[in-house]
Amino acid sequence: MKHVTVIGSGVAGMRCAAELAREGVRVTLLEKEEAIGGKLRRWHKLFPTFTPADEVLSPLKKEVSENENITIRTECEVKDVRTGCVTLATGEEIACDAIVIATGFTVFDASVKEEYGYGIYDNVITSADLEEMFNKGSVTLKNGEKPKQIAILHCVGSRDEKVCQRHCSKVCCVTGVKQAIELKSLFPQAEVFNFYMDIRMFGPGYEEMYREAQQKYNIHFVRGRISEVGPTFDHRLQIKAEDTLTGRPLKIGVDMLVLMVGMKANDMNYALARSVEGLSVQPSGFMQPSDPFGGIVRSNADGIFYAGAVTAPKNVCEAAGEGASAACAVLRMLNKD
Amino acid sequence: MKRSSWTEYQKEIADNDYYYARSCIRQNFFPGSEKAFLNIIGKDLGLNIFDDPIHTSCTGIGYHTDIVPLETIMTVVARQFALMGEAGYENFISSCITSFGVYTEILATWEEFPEMEEKTRESLYKATGRQLCKPKNLAHTSDIIFHHREQIARQAKHRLVNAYTGEPLKVVEHIGCHYAKLFPKSGIGGSEFPYVLAGMVESWGGEIIDYPERRHCCGFGFRNYLVQANRGYSIANSHRKLESMAPYKPDFIVSNCPGCAMFLDKWQYTIAEMEGKVYGQNGRGIPVLTYEEMAGLVLGYDPWELGMQMHQVDVEPLLDKIGVEYDPAAKYLGRDGKYIGRPEAAVVNSCSQNAFLNIKK
Repeated sequence: MKHVTVIGSGVAGMRCAAELAREGVRVTLLEKEEAIGGKLRRWHKLFPTFTPADEVLSPLKKEVSENENITIRTECEVKDVRTGCVTLATGEEIACDAIVIATGFTVFDASVKEEYGYGIYDNVITSADLEEMFNKGSVTLKNGEKPKQIAILHCVGSRDEKVCQRHCSKVCCVTGVKQAIELKSLFPQAEVFNFYMDIRMFGPGYEEMYREAQQKYNIHFVRGRISEVGPTFDHRLQIKAEDTLTGRPLKIGVDMLVLMVGMKANDMNYALARSVEGLSVQPSGFMQPSDPFGGIVRSNADGIFYAGAVTAPKNVCEAAGEGASAACAVLRMLNKD
Repeated sequence: MKRSSWTEYQKEIADNDYYYARSCIRQNFFPGSEKAFLNIIGKDLGLNIFDDPIHTSCTGIGYHTDIVPLETIMTVVARQFALMGEAGYENFISSCITSFGVYTEILATWEEFPEMEEKTRESLYKATGRQLCKPKNLAHTSDIIFHHREQIARQAKHRLVNAYTGEPLKVVEHIGCHYAKLFPKSGIGGSEFPYVLAGMVESWGGEIIDYPERRHCCGFGFRNYLVQANRGYSIANSHRKLESMAPYKPDFIVSNCPGCAMFLDKWQYTIAEMEGKVYGQNGRGIPVLTYEEMAGLVLGYDPWELGMQMHQVDVEPLLDKIGVEYDPAAKYLGRDGKYIGRPEAAVVNSCSQNAFLNIKK
């Protein structure tokens, strides 16, 4: 029985493991955290349909957990890989016929953008924090009150040369619109402002959702980035920005600021690239697939494949699709052998 | 405010043996501050510092107003560094924020473009016959006080605590733009949440105020003031800051920049004369201190030796709060006891300059 190690149990990793196991391949699914599910575990609802994340995650988790061909190992950190072998941080080596790297991405640390005051001012939060608040059913200010003015800032840690994140994280625009609608639904009396550079609505239903946000929910979209955030005397937040459409600076007070944090490449990508000849990273820090068109799930190293956001920012549908594609590519290689 | 991020921005600061480069304008604005710094470092802390009489202005103001070309200022700076080497020092400290920014920028430029350093070496040699000696350590003098702040705290005669209430004094700190906005890593705490002055204030018992316009320019901005037609911008910026900080009722402002301290002090007079508005408590202005003056008061220096009679906004209410003993009658007496003249009464001081003298009497 052939054996494949899948590193990472997010949507891409689980989809890949499930497809391989279904075809009779033995799979070891490695997860560094205490539970499988990846970033989606902490997400509330998915754009553009507002589908609860759990509705997508639960069937996948059930499938990989119940399949006898899949061995799940959580709290398992990978040190390095080479063709036919994965070495864990403990020194344990796992021999296998193929490896799928589905390690995803790292959420950009918003405190690096010091001018926004994340970690300094209580009511500056990230999009990931807001999802956790939604999950807990308690979206409030630090003092427990409801926010009356909310600002959402796009592109935090994306398209930003100052923090060496030149790439677009792709999903933050639509997440910003989704979260604006969710906040407006939760606090109908609140004013919600989205500060953006460009609105990139690339997926089906995204543009419609953006239009609805403006027409139905009366969410304000301001083209301009926030330059700095400071506290006000009444413990609110003062925001300075430029409205680039009117060409004028603006200054407003808000109760809450939500930072749309981008997808940063994992630091371990560089170690992975060093460990095997044929693996390399792109200038963005994401892993370099063998071909950007026809070989997105293949690397240039024998028996090593990619799935999901380890190669570039992707949404859930794309990650799941790549999980299945990677499984196909692995099976083709195994069948050749 | 949770200022923990400052710990990520640390820089190496020499412990001793400093070559001191003075500011070209500070001795006009706050004439006792540089002398106080030399005394604090040399006498109170017992460290070695060299005040070189043959160094010059860094020409930074000319550079930032497009009068002095880059090649010229590089050569002037190279001469300062050469003098440091000739004096046997390798730790260069600058009294002026603009100079500090200039030195930092030029060292970084030489690092990135070695051919410019070579050209400067050549120009320096041709013009003066001197050899460039790059400093091993570059710091602003506020970095030096910050570095020794705990020692100063141990020797303190006064703390930044309200003697009437026992509460920490509320302090607005204002950092000169050229301290860390050019190169965030050149400043303690970086550019967004600099800690160099906040660290001193906290070590000496005070409390820092974070207010909406904390990061806003003081109003100097070189062209804002040096071009006469632009002076409205200058006072508008100072006005914005003062309006923003006033609700927090600060006991005083402290700055590490010659221009910032001067403008935040002097424009209060102008605003009071123009609009009849003052921003301090009890109908007075907010005293503005240099960090040397603040350190000097903590160490028990006489305020008039520190040159605090030269401030636009009277400092006596602050001295009383801190519990500093002073002789009101000596305020306008010079070093040799000679009367140096007394300014006219001003709205910003709420009362005649004689009032404090009369009250004390």
